[in-house]
Amino acid sequence: MPIRKFAVPSSEAEIPDFLNAIVLLANFVVIPATAYGAQLALGALGVTLVYSVLRFANFAHGDLMAFGTAATILIVWLFQGWGVSLAPLPTAILALPLGMIITCLLALGTDRFVYRFYRHQRSPAIVFVMVSVGVMFIYNALTRFLIGVDDRRFEDGERFIVTVIGFREATGLDQGLALRTSQVLTVIVMVLVTTAVFWFLRSTRTGKSMRAYSDNEDLALLSGINPDRVVLVTWMLAASLATIAGVLYGLDKSFRPFTYFQILLPIFAAAIVGGIGQPFGAVAGGFIIAFSEVALTYAWRGFLTHILPPDLIPAGLVQILSVEYKFAVSFLILVIVLLVRPTGIIRGRVF
Amino acid sequence: MSRIARPLALYAVMASLIVAVGFIQSWTVALSITNLALISAIMTLGVNIQWGYGGLFNAGIVGFAALGGVAAVLVAMPPVTDSWIAGGTNLGLAGLAILGTIGAAVFVRGRTHGRRRTWATLFTILAGYIVMRIFLDPASDAIEAINPSIQGYLGGLGLPVLVAWPVGGLFAAGAAYLVGKVALGLRADYLAIATLGIAEIILAILKNENWLTRGVKNVTGIPRPIPSERTFQTIGWVSELGHSFGLSPAMTAAIANRLGYALLFLLVLGTILWLAERALNSPWGRMMRAIRDNQDAAEAMGKDVTRRHLQVFVLGSAVVGIAGAMLVTLDGQFTPTAYTPLRYTFVIWVMVILGGSGNNWGAVLGGFVVWYTWVMAEPIGNHLAAALADLLPAGWLRSHILDSAPHLRPFLMGMILLLCLRFAPRGLIPERRAPSTRKPEVN
Amino acid sequence: MNMLVAENLTAGYGGVDILHSCSFAVGAGEIAVIVGPNGAGKSTAMKAILGMLPLRTGRVTLEGADITGLSPQARVAAGMGFVPQNDNVFPTLTVEENLEMGAFIRRDCYQDTMESVYALFPVLREKRRQPAGELSGGQRQQVAVGRALMTQPKVLILDEPTAGVSPIVMDELFDRIIDIARSGLSILMVEQNARQALAIADRGYVLVQGRNRFTASGETLLADPEVRRSFLGG
Ligand SMILES: Nc1ncnc2c1ncn2[C@@H]1O[C@H](COP(=O)(O)OP(=O)(O)OP(=O)(O)O)[C@@H](O)[C@H]1O
Ligand SMILES: [Mg+2]
Repeated sequence: MPIRKFAVPSSEAEIPDFLNAIVLLANFVVIPATAYGAQLALGALGVTLVYSVLRFANFAHGDLMAFGTAATILIVWLFQGWGVSLAPLPTAILALPLGMIITCLLALGTDRFVYRFYRHQRSPAIVFVMVSVGVMFIYNALTRFLIGVDDRRFEDGERFIVTVIGFREATGLDQGLALRTSQVLTVIVMVLVTTAVFWFLRSTRTGKSMRAYSDNEDLALLSGINPDRVVLVTWMLAASLATIAGVLYGLDKSFRPFTYFQILLPIFAAAIVGGIGQPFGAVAGGFIIAFSEVALTYAWRGFLTHILPPDLIPAGLVQILSVEYKFAVSFLILVIVLLVRPTGIIRGRVF
Repeated sequence: MSRIARPLALYAVMASLIVAVGFIQSWTVALSITNLALISAIMTLGVNIQWGYGGLFNAGIVGFAALGGVAAVLVAMPPVTDSWIAGGTNLGLAGLAILGTIGAAVFVRGRTHGRRRTWATLFTILAGYIVMRIFLDPASDAIEAINPSIQGYLGGLGLPVLVAWPVGGLFAAGAAYLVGKVALGLRADYLAIATLGIAEIILAILKNENWLTRGVKNVTGIPRPIPSERTFQTIGWVSELGHSFGLSPAMTAAIANRLGYALLFLLVLGTILWLAERALNSPWGRMMRAIRDNQDAAEAMGKDVTRRHLQVFVLGSAVVGIAGAMLVTLDGQFTPTAYTPLRYTFVIWVMVILGGSGNNWGAVLGGFVVWYTWVMAEPIGNHLAAALADLLPAGWLRSHILDSAPHLRPFLMGMILLLCLRFAPRGLIPERRAPSTRKPEVN
Repeated sequence: MNMLVAENLTAGYGGVDILHSCSFAVGAGEIAVIVGPNGAGKSTAMKAILGMLPLRTGRVTLEGADITGLSPQARVAAGMGFVPQNDNVFPTLTVEENLEMGAFIRRDCYQDTMESVYALFPVLREKRRQPAGELSGGQRQQVAVGRALMTQPKVLILDEPTAGVSPIVMDELFDRIIDIARSGLSILMVEQNARQALAIADRGYVLVQGRNRFTASGETLLADPEVRRSFLGG
């Protein structure tokens, strides 16, 4: 018999059940979706930046994330070998800056030896997309060479901030709630990073010149903005964001190179939903996609049993889509946006 | 002159490379490579129709190939009567629900306007979906319970497997029509992203709707259009013919079986190639290329570019679907997990770009060259890794290098694609351009 | 002394020549106006002067120094301000950011210049936090001119600054351009409103099919019966 700490004199039986429902929702929908949304937001921000400056959908972004994560994991192992740690935080946080630097170098090298040629040729966007497919293969091979194709877990340190049992004991509720370090970390890092990126774009000279270049390339050239510098900064931002997003995703779930290709679809969807080329839209899009995905693939029956009278509780799982179809959700939202408002929620470029 | 000599020479080189495998390794291997190369060539033709004729980037080839593949199951496998009895009624009702939803959506759209129309449509579809699930879920459970270890699905129509090939094309064309309706007419890369998405969804459905495809349990034993090796062994004159070449009966049968497929595939490839060439050189083909080369001008001349693009997109996907059905026919089994984007989407792209976008003969050659490279990358990768490892002392690095041999494949594919785009963007056999369709050089 | 001189320009797009030995010049503090029918090559001439097109023949000098070999950016740094005919603002940047981007190559403090631009176009000060893409056509032209002024150029090159604005706004803009010229800048501008433009021009050029057809002072051209008949509608 659990102790009812929140017992209220009137209608004693219903209130905790209502609380149980909220806890259930928080545990299975809100918390996971927020963390996932933050990861998608960071990924989509990188895609959208590349899009707005270099004007193409970068198919290699997923594999850039995978590479950045792989590089970070190697450094984590190195640190672990040396006994260096950041406990209770995961060692990955310590390794992340180094992983970002390595990934930046890779992205800059790619630009120098691959993309720059087409930029100077002023090739059409679709050629860039094709080239990014080639780059995707190379990144994929590099990642596999670095770390193989297996599943890797690299979360160390204190794994939970709130455990299910701890929560039950503390609150006396039937439903438990788990809050993982990686989830809280994901959200904190995402808030810090996006704030920094927005500040950079809005307030620094370089950031403004990036936006100017994205707005009107010819006029930017006439204003003396150096395109090579803009592109360099863009790749550094994209690579850093890709690494951060990839590492946070890997900490939260696990690292497998192939899943990083699959996550490309929700990331593209987030960028388009937000209005491609719009940094703020990309972040909003990330959360829209994540919440829709989790909410549509969640079995709502448990939640309903807490809030409905017993005779109204449905027999089925009340799950709109099974979890295997989670990528369908991104696609559905993408299709709806393309049909209804191709510019995205914040007007992006369509042509 | 060199317009003929160059392709001829390249084809001759390719043929001798395959023959070399026959002499060095074995004829069955050479024929197996040929068969898959033929199928790849057909897929490449399909993608070339989209990219070469229309400039459309399809990032979901794997999905269309898989849709073609499922046609082989649905057409050729014998029906499972018990499953139909168990789930047929509910399944029929679910089907009616889908039709009803479509009808209701059309009705609702006719009665509403603007923003409200969008929401009303979405709501109708959602409601229809829920109704459909109410019937589909029990049907699916009932069907999957029927003899799950070997059946647990509806089976097919029990028709000859060759019927599945055009049906596969139709399936793919249908899916392409829907995606094209949504994504064409917007930015070129939106089509790429939308096709990437539809492919993921097609694959998810094929892996998870067990009542339809048995999902990851695979469908095996799909009827074959060519007598099996065992049957060939019993045919006297075949064995004798093999014997006169000094081949064992088993080897003869293996070769005869593969040769049968090769001829069949060659027939399909030849037909599609002939049609594709005719289309390319017809007024329609010239118009398509004119649109591709200068979309703005074509639009200004009153051409409905989006409609034309939808045409090539559907046509190209249909060809990919046919090839997908052929692939499953060759394997004799349907394995949803085998469809990876790397292998079936992006490698096909390498084939198109290397072969010569816009040139059908180039596309076919690209299919052969890249498939050959793909197959050979494994032994070569192993050799390279072994040679490299020999130079190293035993230890971590050495075993790492040995383990890394398979990763040579994506690396090679990426390299071919990038080098080709950079240094030979028109491919091995460049497109023949009529002077009138050449884009004016700007700057 | 002439501030900007372009002599014998022959240039075009990819092999086809649009300009055939055109020459233009602007004196210090003067206004020079180029008029001509649509497609005459006026914009092309501006691009050639800015170095945005390769020249087949001809040379460009600024204050007597040969700048023919310089890139457009270097010419801007050397003292040429350019307002293109189309797409001449950064639409998602605010008015103030547009001006800042105009001053991108300056390393010194540009607050004074910005103040003087706001003084010239007071409406821009009101709208300085608004994205330039949301402004009216006339206001956008003011942003474009303001952006070009931010480098403190010696010569300002304007390609149809009054295109698509109402007659009242157009008069206003012409007044501002005269103000700018009075402050000592040289102005080379292309105009569709030939009559009004020639009225304020120290020098006028009539360009037809990529060739100098008439070259004289604005007054003379306005008085010339043939120019009046063919290009000023009687
Ligand atoms: N980027 C380009 N590529 C090819 N040809 C061009 C290009 N820009 C202009 N032209 C051609 O050059 C010629 C002159 O164009 P230009 O824009 O210089 O005319 P304009 O005198 O400025 O006309 P308007 O009064 O309409 O602005 C036209 O025939 C035009 O078609
Ligand atoms: Mg013009």
